[in-house]
Amino acid sequence: MKKSALAQVFSMLRGLLIVFKYALKKPVTRRYPEEKPKLPIRSRGRHYLTKWEDGRERCVGCELCAIACPSQAIYVKPAQNDPDNPHSRTERYASDFQINMLRCIYCGLCEEACPTGAIILSSEFELSGYTRESLIYTKEQLNEKFPGESGRDPKREI
Amino acid sequence: MFSDFVEVLIKGIVVVAVLMGAAAYMTFCERVVLARMQLRLGPNRVGPLGLLQPIADGLKLLCKESFQPAGVETFTYWLAPGISLFTALAAFVLIPVGGTVDIFGRPVSLSIASVNAGIVFLLAFSSLAVYGIVLAGWASNNRYSLLGGMRSTAQMISYEIPMGISVMSVILSAGSLNLQDIVAAQSKAWFIWTNPVSFLIYLITAFAETNRAPFDLPEAEQELIGGYHTEYGGMKFAMFFLGEYVNILAVSAIAVTLFLGGWHGPGDIPVLWFFLKLALFVFLFMWVRATLPRLRYNQLMSFGWKVLIPVATINLIVTAYFILVY
Repeated sequence: MKKSALAQVFSMLRGLLIVFKYALKKPVTRRYPEEKPKLPIRSRGRHYLTKWEDGRERCVGCELCAIACPSQAIYVKPAQNDPDNPHSRTERYASDFQINMLRCIYCGLCEEACPTGAIILSSEFELSGYTRESLIYTKEQLNEKFPGESGRDPKREI
Repeated sequence: MFSDFVEVLIKGIVVVAVLMGAAAYMTFCERVVLARMQLRLGPNRVGPLGLLQPIADGLKLLCKESFQPAGVETFTYWLAPGISLFTALAAFVLIPVGGTVDIFGRPVSLSIASVNAGIVFLLAFSSLAVYGIVLAGWASNNRYSLLGGMRSTAQMISYEIPMGISVMSVILSAGSLNLQDIVAAQSKAWFIWTNPVSFLIYLITAFAETNRAPFDLPEAEQELIGGYHTEYGGMKFAMFFLGEYVNILAVSAIAVTLFLGGWHGPGDIPVLWFFLKLALFVFLFMWVRATLPRLRYNQLMSFGWKVLIPVATINLIVTAYFILVY
Protein backbone atom coordinates (compact mmCIF):
# COMPACT_ATOMS: atom_id res chain seq x y z
CA MET A 1 0.00 0.00 0.00
CA LYS A 2 1.31 3.43 -0.87
CA LYS A 3 1.95 5.71 2.07
CA SER A 4 0.43 9.16 2.12
CA ALA A 5 2.73 12.06 1.25
CA LEU A 6 2.91 13.22 4.86
CA ALA A 7 3.81 9.72 6.08
CA GLN A 8 6.56 9.58 3.48
CA VAL A 9 8.02 12.87 4.69
CA PHE A 10 7.92 11.64 8.26
CA SER A 11 9.64 8.37 7.40
CA MET A 12 12.37 10.39 5.66
CA LEU A 13 12.90 12.48 8.79
CA ARG A 14 12.94 9.33 10.90
CA GLY A 15 15.60 7.92 8.59
CA LEU A 16 17.72 11.04 9.11
CA LEU A 17 17.42 10.65 12.87
CA ILE A 18 18.37 6.97 12.76
CA VAL A 19 21.45 7.75 10.69
CA PHE A 20 22.43 10.49 13.14
CA LYS A 21 22.10 8.06 16.04
CA TYR A 22 24.52 5.74 14.27
CA ALA A 23 27.02 8.59 13.92
CA LEU A 24 27.25 8.72 17.73
CA LYS A 25 27.99 5.01 18.08
CA LYS A 26 31.48 3.58 18.32
CA PRO A 27 32.82 2.39 14.95
CA VAL A 28 33.15 -1.36 14.65
CA THR A 29 36.43 -1.12 12.73
CA ARG A 30 39.41 -2.90 14.31
CA ARG A 31 42.61 -1.00 13.58
CA TYR A 32 44.53 -4.14 12.69
CA PRO A 33 48.28 -3.52 12.68
CA GLU A 34 48.09 -1.45 15.88
CA GLU A 35 45.37 -3.49 17.50
CA LYS A 36 45.98 -7.23 17.15
CA PRO A 37 42.98 -9.52 17.31
CA LYS A 38 43.01 -12.32 19.86
CA LEU A 39 42.17 -15.46 17.95
CA PRO A 40 40.32 -18.39 19.51
CA ILE A 41 42.55 -21.09 21.00
CA ARG A 42 41.58 -23.71 18.38
CA SER A 43 42.28 -21.46 15.35
CA ARG A 44 44.98 -22.77 13.02
CA GLY A 45 48.11 -20.73 12.28
CA ARG A 46 51.81 -21.55 12.11
CA HIS A 47 53.14 -24.91 13.26
CA TYR A 48 55.19 -25.77 16.31
CA LEU A 49 57.12 -28.91 17.11
CA THR A 50 56.34 -29.27 20.81
CA LYS A 51 58.55 -30.73 23.55
CA TRP A 52 58.01 -32.79 26.65
CA GLU A 53 58.30 -31.22 30.06
CA ASP A 54 61.92 -32.38 30.34
CA GLY A 55 62.88 -30.63 27.09
CA ARG A 56 62.97 -33.76 24.91
CA GLU A 57 61.35 -33.63 21.51
CA ARG A 58 57.96 -35.28 21.12
CA CYS A 59 58.52 -36.04 17.45
CA VAL A 60 59.54 -39.63 16.80
CA GLY A 61 60.14 -39.25 13.05
CA CYS A 62 57.28 -41.55 11.99
CA GLU A 63 56.41 -39.39 8.93
CA LEU A 64 52.66 -39.83 9.44
CA CYS A 65 52.20 -36.06 9.18
CA ALA A 66 54.04 -35.99 5.86
CA ILE A 67 51.77 -38.80 4.61
CA ALA A 68 48.62 -37.10 5.84
CA CYS A 69 49.52 -33.72 4.39
CA PRO A 70 47.23 -33.07 1.37
CA SER A 71 49.57 -30.49 -0.16
CA GLN A 72 52.86 -32.30 0.50
CA ALA A 73 54.27 -29.40 2.46
CA ILE A 74 56.09 -31.46 5.10
CA TYR A 75 59.47 -33.11 4.81
CA VAL A 76 60.71 -35.40 7.61
CA LYS A 77 64.10 -37.10 7.75
CA PRO A 78 64.09 -39.77 10.47
CA ALA A 79 67.26 -40.92 12.20
CA GLN A 80 68.37 -43.27 14.95
CA ASN A 81 68.72 -41.77 18.44
CA ASP A 82 72.05 -41.83 20.17
CA PRO A 83 71.27 -43.96 23.31
CA ASP A 84 73.53 -41.82 25.53
CA ASN A 85 72.08 -38.47 24.47
CA PRO A 86 68.59 -39.07 23.00
CA HIS A 87 66.62 -36.31 21.26
CA SER A 88 63.27 -37.98 21.92
CA ARG A 89 61.93 -40.63 24.27
CA THR A 90 62.00 -43.45 21.72
CA GLU A 91 64.56 -45.07 19.42
CA ARG A 92 64.05 -42.71 16.52
CA TYR A 93 63.72 -38.93 16.08
CA ALA A 94 63.46 -36.47 13.21
CA SER A 95 66.93 -35.28 12.33
CA ASP A 96 65.48 -32.83 9.82
CA PHE A 97 61.96 -31.42 9.68
CA GLN A 98 60.85 -28.80 7.15
CA ILE A 99 57.44 -27.29 6.38
CA ASN A 100 56.88 -25.20 3.30
CA MET A 101 54.54 -22.52 4.65
CA LEU A 102 53.70 -21.41 1.10
CA ARG A 103 52.26 -24.84 0.27
CA CYS A 104 50.57 -25.43 3.62
CA ILE A 105 46.82 -24.92 3.62
CA TYR A 106 46.50 -24.93 7.43
CA CYS A 107 44.02 -27.82 7.37
CA GLY A 108 45.35 -29.36 10.58
CA LEU A 109 45.50 -32.94 9.23
CA CYS A 110 49.15 -33.27 10.35
CA GLU A 111 48.10 -32.37 13.88
CA GLU A 112 45.40 -35.06 13.76
CA ALA A 113 47.72 -37.69 12.31
CA CYS A 114 50.53 -37.17 14.83
CA PRO A 115 50.61 -40.14 17.29
CA THR A 116 52.64 -38.24 19.93
CA GLY A 117 51.04 -34.79 19.63
CA ALA A 118 54.36 -33.32 18.51
CA ILE A 119 53.22 -31.16 15.62
CA ILE A 120 50.56 -28.62 16.50
CA LEU A 121 49.10 -25.56 14.80
CA SER A 122 49.28 -22.41 16.91
CA SER A 123 47.12 -19.32 16.45
CA GLU A 124 49.93 -17.10 15.12
CA PHE A 125 48.83 -15.96 11.69
CA GLU A 126 51.22 -13.14 10.70
CA LEU A 127 53.43 -15.20 8.38
CA SER A 128 55.08 -13.30 5.59
CA GLY A 129 58.53 -13.02 4.12
CA TYR A 130 60.49 -11.41 1.35
CA THR A 131 61.71 -14.61 -0.34
CA ARG A 132 60.26 -18.05 -1.00
CA GLU A 133 63.22 -19.64 0.77
CA SER A 134 62.54 -17.75 3.98
CA LEU A 135 59.10 -19.33 4.15
CA ILE A 136 60.36 -22.91 4.17
CA TYR A 137 60.53 -23.29 7.95
CA THR A 138 63.40 -25.43 9.22
CA LYS A 139 63.48 -27.60 12.30
CA GLU A 140 65.20 -24.83 14.30
CA GLN A 141 62.35 -22.45 13.53
CA LEU A 142 59.62 -25.01 14.18
CA ASN A 143 60.98 -26.38 17.46
CA GLU A 144 59.72 -24.82 20.65
CA LYS A 145 62.48 -22.73 22.24
CA PHE A 146 61.35 -24.02 25.64
CA PRO A 147 58.64 -26.52 26.63
CA GLY A 148 55.24 -24.84 26.44
CA GLU A 149 56.26 -21.94 24.18
CA SER A 150 53.45 -22.74 21.76
CA GLY A 151 50.85 -22.43 24.50
CA ARG A 152 50.10 -26.16 24.75
CA ASP A 153 50.56 -27.91 28.04
CA PRO A 154 53.90 -29.82 27.88
CA LYS A 155 52.59 -32.40 30.41
CA ARG A 156 49.77 -33.63 28.16
CA GLU A 157 49.95 -37.21 26.82
CA ILE A 158 49.10 -36.44 23.19
CA MET B 1 41.38 54.54 -6.28
CA PHE B 2 44.52 52.43 -6.47
CA SER B 3 44.17 51.32 -2.85
CA ASP B 4 40.57 50.23 -3.56
CA PHE B 5 41.88 48.09 -6.39
CA VAL B 6 44.51 46.50 -4.14
CA GLU B 7 41.88 45.90 -1.45
CA VAL B 8 39.56 44.06 -3.83
CA LEU B 9 42.48 42.05 -5.22
CA ILE B 10 43.61 40.96 -1.76
CA LYS B 11 40.05 40.05 -0.76
CA GLY B 12 39.65 38.04 -3.94
CA ILE B 13 42.86 36.10 -3.39
CA VAL B 14 41.93 35.38 0.23
CA VAL B 15 38.45 34.19 -0.72
CA VAL B 16 39.73 31.89 -3.47
CA ALA B 17 42.43 30.46 -1.21
CA VAL B 18 39.99 29.88 1.64
CA LEU B 19 37.45 28.29 -0.69
CA MET B 20 40.00 25.94 -2.24
CA GLY B 21 41.23 24.87 1.17
CA ALA B 22 37.69 24.51 2.46
CA ALA B 23 36.62 22.44 -0.56
CA ALA B 24 39.65 20.16 -0.18
CA TYR B 25 38.93 19.63 3.50
CA MET B 26 35.22 19.16 2.82
CA THR B 27 36.10 16.03 0.86
CA PHE B 28 37.95 14.81 3.96
CA CYS B 29 35.11 15.81 6.30
CA GLU B 30 32.57 14.14 4.08
CA ARG B 31 34.52 10.90 4.09
CA VAL B 32 34.86 10.96 7.86
CA VAL B 33 31.21 11.91 8.49
CA LEU B 34 29.93 9.26 6.06
CA ALA B 35 32.24 6.70 7.66
CA ARG B 36 31.07 7.47 11.19
CA MET B 37 27.45 7.23 10.09
CA GLN B 38 28.23 3.79 8.64
CA LEU B 39 30.14 2.71 11.79
CA ARG B 40 33.51 2.97 10.03
CA LEU B 41 36.53 5.11 10.89
CA GLY B 42 37.22 6.82 7.58
CA PRO B 43 40.65 7.96 6.37
CA ASN B 44 43.09 8.11 9.30
CA ARG B 45 46.43 7.00 7.86
CA VAL B 46 48.00 10.16 6.35
CA GLY B 47 49.24 12.48 9.07
CA PRO B 48 47.64 12.95 12.50
CA LEU B 49 43.98 11.81 12.37
CA GLY B 50 44.38 11.58 8.60
CA LEU B 51 44.38 15.36 8.30
CA LEU B 52 46.88 15.35 5.42
CA GLN B 53 44.64 13.10 3.30
CA PRO B 54 43.33 15.91 1.00
CA ILE B 55 46.91 16.98 0.26
CA ALA B 56 47.86 13.41 -0.62
CA ASP B 57 44.77 13.16 -2.85
CA GLY B 58 45.63 16.44 -4.57
CA LEU B 59 49.23 15.36 -5.19
CA LYS B 60 48.03 12.07 -6.62
CA LEU B 61 45.65 13.81 -9.03
CA LEU B 62 48.36 16.29 -10.06
CA CYS B 63 50.76 13.50 -10.93
CA LYS B 64 48.25 11.63 -13.10
CA GLU B 65 48.74 11.37 -16.82
CA SER B 66 46.77 14.05 -18.64
CA PHE B 67 44.97 11.90 -21.18
CA GLN B 68 42.32 12.72 -23.73
CA PRO B 69 40.05 10.07 -25.22
CA ALA B 70 39.72 9.69 -29.00
CA GLY B 71 37.06 11.75 -30.74
CA VAL B 72 36.51 14.44 -28.11
CA GLU B 73 35.87 18.09 -28.91
CA THR B 74 39.28 19.26 -27.65
CA PHE B 75 38.54 22.93 -26.84
CA THR B 76 35.24 22.28 -25.06
CA TYR B 77 36.62 19.20 -23.32
CA TRP B 78 39.32 21.30 -21.69
CA LEU B 79 37.07 24.32 -21.09
CA ALA B 80 34.22 22.54 -19.28
CA PRO B 81 35.97 21.88 -15.92
CA GLY B 82 37.06 25.52 -15.87
CA ILE B 83 33.50 26.76 -16.37
CA SER B 84 32.29 24.44 -13.66
CA LEU B 85 34.81 25.73 -11.10
CA PHE B 86 34.61 29.39 -12.15
CA THR B 87 30.82 29.69 -11.87
CA ALA B 88 30.94 28.11 -8.43
CA LEU B 89 33.65 30.52 -7.26
CA ALA B 90 31.99 33.59 -8.77
CA ALA B 91 29.02 33.39 -6.40
CA PHE B 92 31.31 34.28 -3.51
CA VAL B 93 32.02 37.72 -4.94
CA LEU B 94 28.76 38.91 -3.39
CA ILE B 95 28.42 36.96 -0.14
CA PRO B 96 28.95 39.22 2.89
CA VAL B 97 30.86 37.19 5.51
CA GLY B 98 30.79 40.05 7.98
CA GLY B 99 30.05 43.73 8.43
CA THR B 100 32.65 46.47 8.09
CA VAL B 101 35.83 46.03 10.08
CA ASP B 102 38.84 48.33 10.55
CA ILE B 103 42.09 46.88 9.23
CA PHE B 104 45.11 49.21 9.69
CA GLY B 105 42.77 52.13 10.22
CA ARG B 106 40.97 51.51 6.98
CA PRO B 107 37.27 50.49 6.95
CA VAL B 108 37.07 47.22 5.00
CA SER B 109 33.73 45.73 4.05
CA LEU B 110 33.87 41.92 4.36
CA SER B 111 32.44 41.16 0.94
CA ILE B 112 34.24 41.62 -2.35
CA ALA B 113 31.47 43.54 -4.09
CA SER B 114 28.18 45.06 -3.08
CA VAL B 115 25.98 44.89 -6.17
CA ASN B 116 22.50 46.41 -6.06
CA ALA B 117 21.08 43.46 -8.06
CA GLY B 118 22.95 40.90 -5.97
CA ILE B 119 20.43 38.07 -5.95
CA VAL B 120 19.81 38.27 -9.69
CA PHE B 121 23.55 37.98 -10.21
CA LEU B 122 23.69 34.91 -7.96
CA LEU B 123 20.81 33.19 -9.72
CA ALA B 124 22.38 33.96 -13.09
CA PHE B 125 25.67 32.37 -12.07
CA SER B 126 24.04 29.30 -10.57
CA SER B 127 22.24 28.82 -13.90
CA LEU B 128 25.51 29.20 -15.80
CA ALA B 129 26.96 26.31 -13.79
CA VAL B 130 24.94 23.90 -15.90
CA TYR B 131 27.08 24.83 -18.93
CA GLY B 132 30.15 23.23 -17.42
CA ILE B 133 28.31 19.97 -16.95
CA VAL B 134 26.42 19.84 -20.22
CA LEU B 135 29.49 20.84 -22.25
CA ALA B 136 31.57 18.20 -20.48
CA GLY B 137 28.94 15.60 -21.25
CA TRP B 138 28.68 16.61 -24.87
CA ALA B 139 32.40 17.06 -25.55
CA SER B 140 33.63 13.76 -24.17
CA ASN B 141 32.10 11.69 -27.00
CA ASN B 142 30.55 9.18 -24.64
CA ARG B 143 26.88 8.25 -24.43
CA TYR B 144 26.86 7.94 -20.66
CA SER B 145 28.43 11.38 -20.31
CA LEU B 146 25.92 12.86 -22.72
CA LEU B 147 23.01 11.29 -20.81
CA GLY B 148 24.41 12.73 -17.57
CA GLY B 149 24.72 16.15 -19.14
CA MET B 150 21.16 16.05 -20.50
CA ARG B 151 19.76 14.93 -17.16
CA SER B 152 21.58 17.71 -15.41
CA THR B 153 20.20 20.33 -17.83
CA ALA B 154 16.61 19.17 -17.37
CA GLN B 155 17.04 18.94 -13.60
CA MET B 156 18.60 22.38 -13.28
CA ILE B 157 15.94 24.03 -15.42
CA SER B 158 13.09 22.48 -13.46
CA TYR B 159 14.59 23.29 -10.07
CA GLU B 160 15.78 26.79 -10.93
CA ILE B 161 12.18 27.99 -11.13
CA PRO B 162 11.03 27.06 -7.60
CA MET B 163 14.38 28.29 -6.30
CA GLY B 164 13.85 31.66 -7.96
CA ILE B 165 10.29 31.90 -6.66
CA SER B 166 11.30 31.01 -3.11
CA VAL B 167 14.09 33.60 -3.23
CA MET B 168 11.55 36.14 -4.52
CA SER B 169 9.54 35.92 -1.31
CA VAL B 170 12.75 36.82 0.57
CA ILE B 171 13.23 39.80 -1.73
CA LEU B 172 9.66 40.87 -1.00
CA SER B 173 10.16 40.70 2.76
CA ALA B 174 13.51 42.51 2.65
CA GLY B 175 12.46 45.02 0.00
CA SER B 176 15.88 44.90 -1.65
CA LEU B 177 17.97 42.85 -4.06
CA ASN B 178 21.21 43.80 -2.36
CA LEU B 179 22.58 41.02 -0.13
CA GLN B 180 23.93 43.47 2.47
CA ASP B 181 20.46 45.01 2.81
CA ILE B 182 18.87 41.56 3.09
CA VAL B 183 21.25 40.66 5.92
CA ALA B 184 20.48 43.98 7.61
CA ALA B 185 16.73 43.33 7.28
CA GLN B 186 17.18 40.10 9.29
CA SER B 187 18.83 41.72 12.29
CA LYS B 188 15.55 41.34 14.24
CA ALA B 189 14.02 38.10 12.91
CA TRP B 190 15.63 35.66 10.51
CA PHE B 191 13.61 34.88 7.41
CA ILE B 192 13.68 31.17 8.26
CA TRP B 193 11.22 32.00 11.11
CA THR B 194 9.05 34.41 9.19
CA ASN B 195 9.03 32.35 5.99
CA PRO B 196 9.82 28.69 6.72
CA VAL B 197 8.11 27.30 3.62
CA SER B 198 10.31 29.23 1.26
CA PHE B 199 13.38 28.13 3.24
CA LEU B 200 12.31 24.51 2.85
CA ILE B 201 11.81 24.93 -0.90
CA TYR B 202 15.19 26.65 -1.22
CA LEU B 203 16.82 23.78 0.70
CA ILE B 204 15.32 21.10 -1.56
CA THR B 205 16.23 22.96 -4.74
CA ALA B 206 19.73 23.58 -3.38
CA PHE B 207 20.27 19.83 -3.21
CA ALA B 208 19.09 19.53 -6.80
CA GLU B 209 21.23 22.48 -7.97
CA THR B 210 24.42 20.98 -6.57
CA ASN B 211 23.66 17.49 -8.00
CA ARG B 212 23.91 15.98 -4.56
CA ALA B 213 22.13 12.94 -3.15
CA PRO B 214 19.18 12.36 -3.30
CA PHE B 215 19.17 14.32 -6.58
CA ASP B 216 22.53 13.13 -7.93
CA LEU B 217 21.07 11.74 -11.13
CA PRO B 218 23.59 13.40 -13.51
CA GLU B 219 26.42 11.40 -11.96
CA ALA B 220 24.51 8.29 -10.92
CA GLU B 221 27.32 5.75 -10.59
CA GLN B 222 25.09 2.73 -10.98
CA GLU B 223 23.36 3.84 -14.18
CA LEU B 224 25.76 6.29 -15.82
CA ILE B 225 29.17 5.17 -14.47
CA GLY B 226 29.83 8.70 -13.21
CA GLY B 227 27.89 10.64 -15.84
CA TYR B 228 29.49 13.79 -17.22
CA HIS B 229 32.93 13.22 -15.67
CA THR B 230 33.31 9.62 -16.86
CA GLU B 231 35.97 10.63 -19.41
CA TYR B 232 37.84 13.02 -17.14
CA GLY B 233 40.90 12.20 -15.05
CA GLY B 234 43.72 13.83 -13.16
CA MET B 235 43.52 17.57 -12.55
CA LYS B 236 40.51 18.06 -14.85
CA PHE B 237 38.52 15.64 -12.71
CA ALA B 238 39.83 17.40 -9.61
CA MET B 239 38.46 20.69 -10.96
CA PHE B 240 34.99 19.18 -11.37
CA PHE B 241 35.27 17.80 -7.88
CA LEU B 242 36.38 21.12 -6.40
CA GLY B 243 33.64 22.84 -8.40
CA GLU B 244 31.03 20.54 -6.91
CA TYR B 245 32.21 21.22 -3.36
CA VAL B 246 32.60 24.97 -3.86
CA ASN B 247 29.08 24.89 -5.29
CA ILE B 248 27.81 23.27 -2.09
CA LEU B 249 29.55 26.03 -0.15
CA ALA B 250 28.00 28.62 -2.47
CA VAL B 251 24.38 27.44 -2.08
CA SER B 252 24.93 27.06 1.66
CA ALA B 253 26.36 30.58 1.85
CA ILE B 254 23.36 31.92 -0.07
CA ALA B 255 21.00 30.05 2.27
CA VAL B 256 22.81 31.49 5.29
CA THR B 257 22.64 34.99 3.82
CA LEU B 258 19.00 34.83 2.78
CA PHE B 259 17.42 32.82 5.57
CA LEU B 260 19.72 32.47 8.59
CA GLY B 261 20.58 36.11 9.16
CA GLY B 262 23.96 36.12 7.41
CA TRP B 263 26.82 37.09 9.68
CA HIS B 264 24.56 38.23 12.53
CA GLY B 265 24.65 36.30 15.77
CA PRO B 266 25.27 36.82 19.49
CA GLY B 267 28.04 39.39 19.78
CA ASP B 268 28.11 39.97 16.00
CA ILE B 269 31.62 38.53 15.66
CA PRO B 270 32.18 39.16 11.93
CA VAL B 271 33.44 35.94 10.36
CA LEU B 272 32.74 33.38 13.07
CA TRP B 273 28.95 33.21 12.93
CA PHE B 274 28.88 33.07 9.16
CA PHE B 275 31.23 30.10 9.07
CA LEU B 276 29.45 28.28 11.89
CA LYS B 277 26.15 28.53 10.02
CA LEU B 278 27.90 27.48 6.83
CA ALA B 279 29.37 24.42 8.56
CA LEU B 280 25.90 23.47 9.78
CA PHE B 281 24.62 23.49 6.21
CA VAL B 282 27.57 21.52 4.89
CA PHE B 283 26.98 18.92 7.58
CA LEU B 284 23.32 18.74 6.52
CA PHE B 285 24.43 17.98 2.95
CA MET B 286 26.59 15.09 4.17
CA TRP B 287 23.92 13.83 6.54
CA VAL B 288 21.30 13.71 3.80
CA ARG B 289 23.75 11.96 1.49
CA ALA B 290 24.30 9.25 4.10
CA THR B 291 20.55 8.72 4.52
CA LEU B 292 18.43 9.14 1.42
CA PRO B 293 18.55 6.98 -1.70
CA ARG B 294 18.52 8.45 -5.20
CA LEU B 295 15.19 9.40 -6.78
CA ARG B 296 14.02 7.93 -10.06
CA TYR B 297 14.12 10.40 -12.94
CA ASN B 298 10.34 10.73 -13.40
CA GLN B 299 9.91 11.16 -9.63
CA LEU B 300 12.42 13.99 -9.72
CA MET B 301 10.62 15.73 -12.57
CA SER B 302 7.09 15.30 -11.22
CA PHE B 303 8.22 16.45 -7.77
CA GLY B 304 9.77 19.58 -9.22
CA TRP B 305 6.90 20.57 -11.51
CA LYS B 306 3.83 19.25 -9.66
CA VAL B 307 4.80 19.96 -6.04
CA LEU B 308 7.58 22.51 -5.69
CA ILE B 309 6.46 25.09 -8.25
CA PRO B 310 2.81 25.29 -7.09
CA VAL B 311 3.82 25.39 -3.41
CA ALA B 312 6.43 28.06 -4.09
CA THR B 313 3.94 30.15 -6.07
CA ILE B 314 1.24 29.95 -3.37
CA ASN B 315 3.86 30.80 -0.76
CA LEU B 316 4.92 33.84 -2.77
CA ILE B 317 1.32 35.06 -3.06
CA VAL B 318 0.68 34.58 0.66
CA THR B 319 3.91 36.41 1.51
CA ALA B 320 2.96 39.28 -0.79
CA TYR B 321 -0.50 39.49 0.84
CA PHE B 322 0.95 39.68 4.35
CA ILE B 323 3.47 42.33 3.32
CA LEU B 324 0.70 44.42 1.71
CA VAL B 325 -1.62 44.15 4.70
CA TYR B 326 0.85 44.54 7.60
